[in-house]
Amino acid sequence: MSRVRVLVGTRKGAFVLTADAKREQWDVSGPHFGGWEIYHLKGSPADPDRLYASQSSGWFGQVIQRSSDGGRTWETVGNKFSYDGATGTHQWYDGTPHPWEFARVWHLEPSLTDPDTVYAGVEDAALFRTTDGGQSWHELSGLRTHASAPSWQPGAGGMCLHTILLDPSRPGRIFVAISAAGAFRSDDDGVTWRPINRGLRSEGIPDPYAEVGHCVHRIAMHRSRPGVLFMQKHWDVMRSDDAGDSWREVSGGLPSDFGFPIDVHAHEPETVYVVPIKSDSEHYPPDGKLRVYRSRTGGNEWEALTNGLPQRHCYVNVLRDAMAVDSLDPCGVYVGTTGGQVYASADAGDRWAPIVRDLPSVVSVEVQTLP
Amino acid sequence: MIRVILPAHLRTLARLHGEVKIDVARPVTVGAVLDALEAAYPMLRGTIRDQVTRQRRAFLRFFACEEDLSHEPPDTLLPEAVVSGAEPLLVVGAMAGG
Repeated sequence: MSRVRVLVGTRKGAFVLTADAKREQWDVSGPHFGGWEIYHLKGSPADPDRLYASQSSGWFGQVIQRSSDGGRTWETVGNKFSYDGATGTHQWYDGTPHPWEFARVWHLEPSLTDPDTVYAGVEDAALFRTTDGGQSWHELSGLRTHASAPSWQPGAGGMCLHTILLDPSRPGRIFVAISAAGAFRSDDDGVTWRPINRGLRSEGIPDPYAEVGHCVHRIAMHRSRPGVLFMQKHWDVMRSDDAGDSWREVSGGLPSDFGFPIDVHAHEPETVYVVPIKSDSEHYPPDGKLRVYRSRTGGNEWEALTNGLPQRHCYVNVLRDAMAVDSLDPCGVYVGTTGGQVYASADAGDRWAPIVRDLPSVVSVEVQTLP
Repeated sequence: MIRVILPAHLRTLARLHGEVKIDVARPVTVGAVLDALEAAYPMLRGTIRDQVTRQRRAFLRFFACEEDLSHEPPDTLLPEAVVSGAEPLLVVGAMAGG
């Protein structure tokens, strides 16, 4: 019987939640790395027992952990993230040039085919890769040295590379997103990059249609149709049908089009999930109701999913990496909140129940579907 | 043997219980102790000093014999009481909270 393993990163440690395919009874393991911020942990699609975790602390910096047994035991691997060559500058909050400084790893994206190859998105924004299981990390510096990079600026949460998508149908094609520079695509395995932000419109930057400077919160794709991308921008939910070459807004009908995560149903490429948040200065759900919104039409027609989610006095947030789907049938959907709840739906969002209610603030949620 | 007392999180990371005892060739400096510590416990690399700049992490301090050595250059000799093992070198995390 299939199982699911939910990997939860929180402000004070990592948790591993497991259940059978019914997704009703959960075993909770953790905290792993208690007291440390776990921005992200994720398993290898090529070897589901191989996990990688980003462990960091304001006191002790960055640590990378690796598990070869599905999260039961862990070992530290390499944590040296050294920018390649001249560091260069980006813009600081006051508009002055500021040198690139490594702060932490926001996102780890294991290769689709090789358990020893992993991409790491870091703050200050850059993309690193290991091909030896995390022992050594090397920057794919063509992104950080893109001609537009000196104009990039940090968002309020730092200048982070938070999203990495690997195209399963086209080896060498990688999508990334950076707050607040925008989305970028490489077609040569990360050597060269180009911004893919045409069609985005952002208030708050001098040219609302600028090539770079957009605060992209998250992008998502369906494996069967990687040329179609969905984006939750600072404001606006967007869609591209040409691998990011152009975007159009599909926010119609949402109570707010501000939010952080976005994801796609495992078996229905036109079914998309977002979590509307009231505004950029009020990081909680509109009307105190936690509602996941689902579109079955690829956007613009959205339905509120509320059954089992708190519908009064709820003022948590769902961060950009804190929503995931499993690949069981029916598809499971998972969201983690800054209030420490992880909600799961085993029927594509129709009904929800908390797996856990009182974890530390949740930063990331990933799901593995195991045979 | 040089005795080093680490913050709890670093002891957990290095799977250590209590203080660390390590051999360090003379002259015994802060930098030499940290080099030996990182060689014996590679998982500590980058957690006390930045991997690239080799600078002490901002929220850590080095104390010995009731003196704050945090701002001394890494080639500063440690007190004889630390070199003899009578006193430990303390790596201390800044207190935080509110």
